[in-house]
Amino acid sequence: MLSVLTDRQWLWIAAGFYLTGFALGTLSLARERQQPRVIMYAVILAGYALQTFGLWLRGRAAHGCPLGNTFEIFQFTAWSATTLFLVVGATFRLSLLGYFTSTLMSVLTLVSLVIPSWDATRRTDIFGGNPWIELHAALALFGYGVFALLALTSLMYLLRNYSLKHKRLNGWFSFLPPILDLDHISLRLLVAGVVLLTASLAVGSVWWLRDPGRVHEVLVTIAVWLAYALALGLRLRGTLIAQRFAWVCAGLFAAALISLGPVDRTRQPPPAPPFHQP
Amino acid sequence: MNAAGGGFFHFGASHHTAPLALREKLALTPEKSAVLGARAGALGGLREWAVLGTCNRAEFYGVAESAAVIDRLEAEFCAVLECPPADLLGALQRTAGLEAIRHLLAVAAGLDSQMLGETEIFGQVKDAYAEAQRRGTTGPVLNRIFQKAFQAAKFVRTHTALTEGQVSVASVAVDLSLKIFGELGAARVLLLGAGEIGEKTARAFKSRGANALTVASRRLERAMELAQSLAAAALPFEHVSGRLADFDIVVCATAAPGVVLTSEMATAALRRRPARPLFFIDLAMPRNVDPAAAGLANVFLYNLDDLAKIAEENRAAREAEVARAEAMIAEKAGALWQKVARLCGGGAAGGENWPETARSAG
Repeated sequence: MLSVLTDRQWLWIAAGFYLTGFALGTLSLARERQQPRVIMYAVILAGYALQTFGLWLRGRAAHGCPLGNTFEIFQFTAWSATTLFLVVGATFRLSLLGYFTSTLMSVLTLVSLVIPSWDATRRTDIFGGNPWIELHAALALFGYGVFALLALTSLMYLLRNYSLKHKRLNGWFSFLPPILDLDHISLRLLVAGVVLLTASLAVGSVWWLRDPGRVHEVLVTIAVWLAYALALGLRLRGTLIAQRFAWVCAGLFAAALISLGPVDRTRQPPPAPPFHQP
Repeated sequence: MNAAGGGFFHFGASHHTAPLALREKLALTPEKSAVLGARAGALGGLREWAVLGTCNRAEFYGVAESAAVIDRLEAEFCAVLECPPADLLGALQRTAGLEAIRHLLAVAAGLDSQMLGETEIFGQVKDAYAEAQRRGTTGPVLNRIFQKAFQAAKFVRTHTALTEGQVSVASVAVDLSLKIFGELGAARVLLLGAGEIGEKTARAFKSRGANALTVASRRLERAMELAQSLAAAALPFEHVSGRLADFDIVVCATAAPGVVLTSEMATAALRRRPARPLFFIDLAMPRNVDPAAAGLANVFLYNLDDLAKIAEENRAAREAEVARAEAMIAEKAGALWQKVARLCGGGAAGGENWPETARSAG
């Protein structure tokens, strides 16, 4: 069977598992019952295992991290966020985080799969055989994965804040985690994301200094890093707190996701035909 | 039930049948329980038995050889409780066979409780059964019925919303705190006012894990007295404004004629602890907390009306589950009766004699 399915087909099946998690969670919430955490965790874990395999097939064919086009960047970001969820979800046991994760992963993976142009071409040898550049890119996208999870916990914070402020506590609002837990986990994720992005920039800066043609990529990445670092600074000073902090974290992730397009377009060398690795 | 009207039975009084004044006399202290046990043991024809005594009910469950045995037992019951039979017998509810099983299952599930769906009764029924086992007064019938009653109660709790949501103002306040702070072990609670409702709420916090309690009252000696009984600290009322930032949850229940905590005070407190939420529970009438404080980021304000509304919604939600829970109980009781009827000395249709012998004031 392994030789029958292509990497994209494995990624479709993985997306199907994420979608199943979303559907099961939605059904449970519609019935005002909480999905057993272990079921949601198992469904996401299955999707993650299949996605890992699909990306591994791609990586094996590319001889490196599969980050050659927008499709792969979205898939890798989703994979990073799921990796984080599997750790964070098991450690902090935040109710509904699995549901929100499966929702975002469904969106990221399915959108990347249904837009053919994102995977029509892929750039080869984008890292120029330099493992440091590859490490830089992988760290940056793993950081984006952390920010994806941060956007989810921020969204959950906003919903919990709304429910408490407007005294709407029944129905599916009752399954949301405590607001202080959400704030704490968001802060930890922000710290982790900024650390990862800082490390990525530190590694990448050596390469950029030798390649002035990548000024757009440099500027976009530094802008994202600066924005998150500023948010972290303001949060630690107590200036950016509560729902404003949550709105900023959610908004920054949307901006960071949009910034992936320009970053990807500036990549050289020119595109090569796509491949589907069985 | 056998032909002579024996078998598995229950009799007793509860909040459904006895007014408060009578229930006060029915309190089954350990001493009275022991005396009742001794007298029941001395009665011929009583094969198994267990006594359930809570603040709202005094009930006797057993397996008797005839209805006459139960009549004698009821007389002993009145004597031990020092309650004139004329007063008590009118309030006694008596059931047998399937009905008695259904009653026990409903009691264990909290379906028969004054506060519908409360879970404390489950532990009390378990204690009553454990005590009967310790005394050696249980046998094949009671063992089976009680154990199945526990299973049925758990089933009802799991498969209905009968026990979900708090239905008292104090418990709702504690539940809300959990939705904000997650757990109360690290939360610092300030109680303003040393009246009854404040004390009840403070005790509810204490029972759910809040360790750092402080009491402030205009009468410092009253604050100290209450603080001592709660193992809490006392704070002079005039220090509250300056120390507000030190607390996470502020329960306001003073008799002050107006606002005690202004929005400006809350703003000043938040400046010193910007990232930590501040939860005001305003149980006073007139209100003690400036309503404008609710508009501040990281401040959550609930007044008496808000809490009462939530409690009422929860109670309504529980009541909406009663029919479903009763159907489950009826099904479980029916299945259980099929299994134990033979052990009771009668057929599965046992209980048909009871209309002539059973009384029910409920």
